[in-house]
Amino acid sequence: MKRRDFLKSGLGAAVMCGTAGAVSEAEARPNLEPAEEAVGMLYDSTLCVGCKACVYKCKEVNGMEPTTRDGADYYDSAADLSGDTLNVIKIYKDGNGKYKDAEKNGFAFEKRSCMHCVDPGCVSACPVTALERQKLTGIVTYNKDACIGCRTCMTACPYNVPQFEYDDAFGQIHKCQMCNQKGVERIDNGMMTGCAEVCPTGATLFGTRDQLLAEAKKRTALKPGEVYNYPRGDLSKPDSYHEKVVPEYKDHVWGEKEAGGTNVLHVSSVSFDKLGMPPLEERSYASVSESVQHTLYSYLALPAVALAGLSFVVKRNTDSEEGGEQ
Amino acid sequence: MSEFKAISGRIITPAFMFFFVVFLISLYFMIMRFTDGMGAVANINGGYPWGIWVVYDVIIGTGLACGGYALAFTVYVFNKGQYHPLVRPALLASLAGYALGGFGAIFDMGRWWQFYNILLPWNWNFNSVMLEVGLCVSLYIIVLIIEFSPAFLEKIGAKGLLKILNKVLFFFIALGVLLPTMHQSSLGSMLIIMGYKVDPLWQVVHFQPLLAVITAIIMGYSIVIYEASLSRVSFGGSDETPLLKVLGKVAVGLMVAFVVIRMIILGVQGKIGLIFAGDLASILFIIEMILFIAPAVIIMSPAHNKSPAKLVMAATSMLFAGALYRFNAFLFTYDPGPGYSYFPSGPEIMVTLGVIAFEIMVYMAIVKTLPVLHRSEQSLHRSEQA
Repeated sequence: MKRRDFLKSGLGAAVMCGTAGAVSEAEARPNLEPAEEAVGMLYDSTLCVGCKACVYKCKEVNGMEPTTRDGADYYDSAADLSGDTLNVIKIYKDGNGKYKDAEKNGFAFEKRSCMHCVDPGCVSACPVTALERQKLTGIVTYNKDACIGCRTCMTACPYNVPQFEYDDAFGQIHKCQMCNQKGVERIDNGMMTGCAEVCPTGATLFGTRDQLLAEAKKRTALKPGEVYNYPRGDLSKPDSYHEKVVPEYKDHVWGEKEAGGTNVLHVSSVSFDKLGMPPLEERSYASVSESVQHTLYSYLALPAVALAGLSFVVKRNTDSEEGGEQ
Repeated sequence: MSEFKAISGRIITPAFMFFFVVFLISLYFMIMRFTDGMGAVANINGGYPWGIWVVYDVIIGTGLACGGYALAFTVYVFNKGQYHPLVRPALLASLAGYALGGFGAIFDMGRWWQFYNILLPWNWNFNSVMLEVGLCVSLYIIVLIIEFSPAFLEKIGAKGLLKILNKVLFFFIALGVLLPTMHQSSLGSMLIIMGYKVDPLWQVVHFQPLLAVITAIIMGYSIVIYEASLSRVSFGGSDETPLLKVLGKVAVGLMVAFVVIRMIILGVQGKIGLIFAGDLASILFIIEMILFIAPAVIIMSPAHNKSPAKLVMAATSMLFAGALYRFNAFLFTYDPGPGYSYFPSGPEIMVTLGVIAFEIMVYMAIVKTLPVLHRSEQSLHRSEQA
């Protein structure tokens, strides 16, 4: 390699590294803030008895098909989220599985459904704005008429929530939209989500994010062995209460801060990694990705400058080449 | 007369027929994908939404189609006019690769009948890396068609059009360098938002675009070396090898840069220990690094410097290195969490093989009908004497 070429390639590499460096420093976008009137749910694993009424109700409200197994239809026994299932109750089991909410020789329930992230990866990754965070409620919605089915949202969701209907030639993405999608619109009509409505123990509560977060923090601060009056249904106007001895909560409200926080919050007596929650830090992946993307492409300035430079260099080099040949 | 020439001989050969049969078998499953849904053919699932159709056909396929990009960069930007003979075959391979990548993308699109939504500005989400990839690749396919069109215009003898095209071609060549730089780096940026699902050895966050674009150029060079060898075998000329050696040296520079930059990144991110963890990721990482370093050693060692066979060997290693890097990041070490696993089904693999077979058929047919390959001075004289 000639010295001049070496210098040129070195310069190119330096520019590229510089750009990468600039990306890591400049224009970093912080995590998004919760929506003004964000609504969500609080799932208290210690209250859940695994009755799966919420799984059935979810299918009913959202018009989803039952899961078929051994020739029989089940409305409450889906193994995981899928194109037919927006909400499942999963179980953690250790050792002989004797004690509820114990990490050792115990078991615990865990609800899996869309967490309605404050800074959603799916919304950031979707090329055609089919996924949106609603301005007022913070609900993450899906529009099948815009969706091209690229499934980038699925790769970008830390909870593997958006699910594509692979068994349908004309399938779509399915995810929980808080029972507020067109044709259902429970929240807009002052109702609560289906799963919260039918939960007999108040393990799934509906409410605003602020209310729910306060309730969650109150619970994790309670003394184990005390008696607490647990509400059911909609936290702003509970249907009823029931008294129960307080379990030993982990001092951790899942969704307060994870990857920018979520509108659906979880509390539990078993640590969340055991319940299958992903290893997330406070910074949202969406904010990092967008910082990189906007540094490189803001107003297409960098590409425009590069195109002008390249055009000039190529024109000069092709002209001199023609001149040389003739 | 043009220095480029179509290879003589019939299009339909035993090799061509072999690829055609592979393509026909895959066609059966392709139709099934459209009648019964993707799940009937592919093993993709809730945790692994992207299988080999995306990762091989699109992400690696377009990387392998970077010959035109890598060469245009070298020829027109660094003013190495002597590589000109290699430009046309490289452009053709790029066009075939990208067109098939585009086809693969639509094929893999769950809601393919609405694909045009990505072209409608009111749908655009400027935060989305996928948007940049989608638009940029679409645009680049058009640019490739324009860049390659002189071969077709020469064939039909449209001299006026050629003259006009030559006046503005510089702009399209510039675009042909810019656009792949953009979307090939973005292919890496797509990994950022996948977060923990990408193994720490490949989740280099801010440096994803840089590493992705270097692998694109490395894969591009490897394909150029292959094609030059094909050209040499077809016409019997040998003067392309010295050119290739210089090209190989640029590739060596890139590979050394790649390995050094990557090790620095992993060092800064405190991940060096993971390389020696002995798990699947660490083994794949080490294999990948060997594939990146081996061609550099082969090309730099003086004893083998003059052997075209060694050069092809080095190119093969470069090809596998770049492909494995992308396979590892997007699929082999990709882990969405407990409960999910993925291995492609037979029909799924068949579809990918069919796409590759079709790409090769198109390439074979075009080099025999259009003036694509370069006839060296040497072989020109030889054929005149014969």
